[in-house]
Formats: sequence, structure tokens, C-alpha cells
Amino acid sequence: MSRAEELEAFLSSTPFAQYLGIRCTVMGDEMTAILPFQPKFVGNAAINAIHGGCTGAFLELTAMSQVFLQSELSRPPKPINITIDYLRSAKGEDLYARAIVHKLGQRMASVRAEAWQAERDKPVAALQAHFLVSEDG
Amino acid sequence: MAPWIALFPKNGIDAYANVNFMQRKQVRFMSDAGEEKDVLFELIQQNAAKIIANVPWAQALGFELTGIEKGRAFAQVAWREDLVGDPASGVIHGGILTALLDNLCGIAAYTVLKEPKSMATLDLRIDYMRPAEKGRNILAEAECYHFTRNVAFTHAWAYHETRDKVIATAAGAFALNDISRWASGNEAIEYARKMLAEKSS
Repeated sequence: MSRAEELEAFLSSTPFAQYLGIRCTVMGDEMTAILPFQPKFVGNAAINAIHGGCTGAFLELTAMSQVFLQSELSRPPKPINITIDYLRSAKGEDLYARAIVHKLGQRMASVRAEAWQAERDKPVAALQAHFLVSEDG
Repeated sequence: MAPWIALFPKNGIDAYANVNFMQRKQVRFMSDAGEEKDVLFELIQQNAAKIIANVPWAQALGFELTGIEKGRAFAQVAWREDLVGDPASGVIHGGILTALLDNLCGIAAYTVLKEPKSMATLDLRIDYMRPAEKGRNILAEAECYHFTRNVAFTHAWAYHETRDKVIATAAGAFALNDISRWASGNEAIEYARKMLAEKSS
């Protein structure tokens, strides 16, 4: 099984990833995550904006998936901490995200991820995360 | 027993450790507000049930608001199969905690406002201390420990029993936006304005 297929298998066996309905398009070692909009994601009904916690969960899964894709791990890495900057309000539309692994060490990985909607250059949220990548952790 | 503890029997928080803290807190808020009647906070308390009921994502994940104090908010979420992030262990996904603590920090920030304002999360940091246990409810509390005209600063904790053994902690900053010149048409704001006018008259 290729790394991309393993990622696919991980996402389809993770209940919360299924609950969100997250999809991934993998091209080599580059991945774009897609979150098709669902009405349940809304946090502020008055302005039809997606809940920050939903965008955050999507970014965390994107970052986790990118680390998994680039590593030899047998299971997904565990998050240590995450920081999310909310840059714009996310409208009731599909979300896209990509992550860059800044460092993949023996035990820790440092990752940055960004989510956008209509325009790639206008991200709605950015995440910085650390993951534990050692198999015995 | 301090009266506020009786209000939140479900939270099982370490009451003894928090009493002195809460007394200090209340004194500070009271001196901030002077002798003014805190109509906005009363309004929030009376409508507490609606705060989370109007948030679809909070409803979808099953959040339950269990208490509101001046500067503090309490909530819980039940373990659910479809929220699991690691099928091998049955541990709930971190994204649930992100949503819960973000929402709760926002509510805690809301309780300190002196006039209705629109609020948006600026940033949120979550530290994952230990995994949540399979099948157990997660309790959470948030506190707004400082605020200015434009920003509210908050902390939050998620745990099973007490704050001594946390699952995750959060630090969130919220932008507070003036809505006094907003056009009408927003149901929630119209409601708040109407109630405030009635209460202060």
C-alpha cells in the first residue's frame, strides 16, 4: 500500500474524520484537504459563518495527515499543542487546506497549515502545531 | 459552601481551591462595575440555554452549558462513538476540545461585557496534556481574566474530574467589535437591545 493509500485508510477508519466528511487529494508528497460544507458546521447563524472549532479541527486533521504522509509512522501522530490564528470569518462554503512540515525530527514534528475558501491568497485561518512522532510515545 | 458552587453541582470542580479565587474575582468585578446594575450579565444568565442552542456546531457535537458566572463559564460534552479520533484507543478527537474550549472561552468573555458587542476569536492555543478517556464525559471551564475595549483574554481547562488532572488547556484572545452603529436586522442584537432598554428603565 502506498503512503497515500495508507492515509486514505486512516481517514476512512477514523470516526471523527468521517463525521466531518474531510477528503484529501494527494499529489506526490503534496496534499490538499477539502472540507465540503455542511450546515452543522455553522457557529454564527446570523452571518452563516463556520464555527472556529470546526475550522480548527479541519486544520488539525490536515496537519496530522501531512505529517503521516511524509513519515514512516504506522499510526497518526499525536498532537502536543496547536495555535490557531483566525484571520477572516469562514463563510458557509467549502474549506480547503494545505500543511507544510517545517521539521520532522525523531520525536517531534513542527507543522504549519492554512485554510482558505474562494481565494488561496486570503486564508481564513492558520494553524501552527507540534506533534509527537515517536512510535513509543 | 459558597452559593456559586451550589449552582454548578455537575462540574465537580475542586471547590476548595477555587473559593478564594472566586471571592477575589467577584470583588474585582463589582468594583469595576461600581454600583451599576449589571443588566447585560443578568440578561445573559436568563438566556443561558439559548447561548449554545443557537450554535449548530455546538449542538452537533452535543455541548451542554452547565453554568455561567461573571467572568466564567462551565460546560460538558459526552463521549460519542462518531467523535473518536483514534479508533485503536477510542479517544475523542482533539478537534472536539478545540470547539468546546473556543466556544466556552467566548461565552466567558461575553459575561464581562458592559454593552452588547460582536465577538470573534483572534487566536486560540490548545495544549494537549493527556488523552481523554473512552466513554467518559469531558467537563470544561473557561475564565476571562482580562479585557479591554477591543480584546478579551481567556483561559480554559478541560478535564474529567478536577482541574488538577487536565486533559487540555486553552488560551484564547477575542476581538470585541462595536455594534452600536450596526444597522438593525440582526435578530439577536435587536433582542438584546430591546431587553436592555426594558431592564434599565
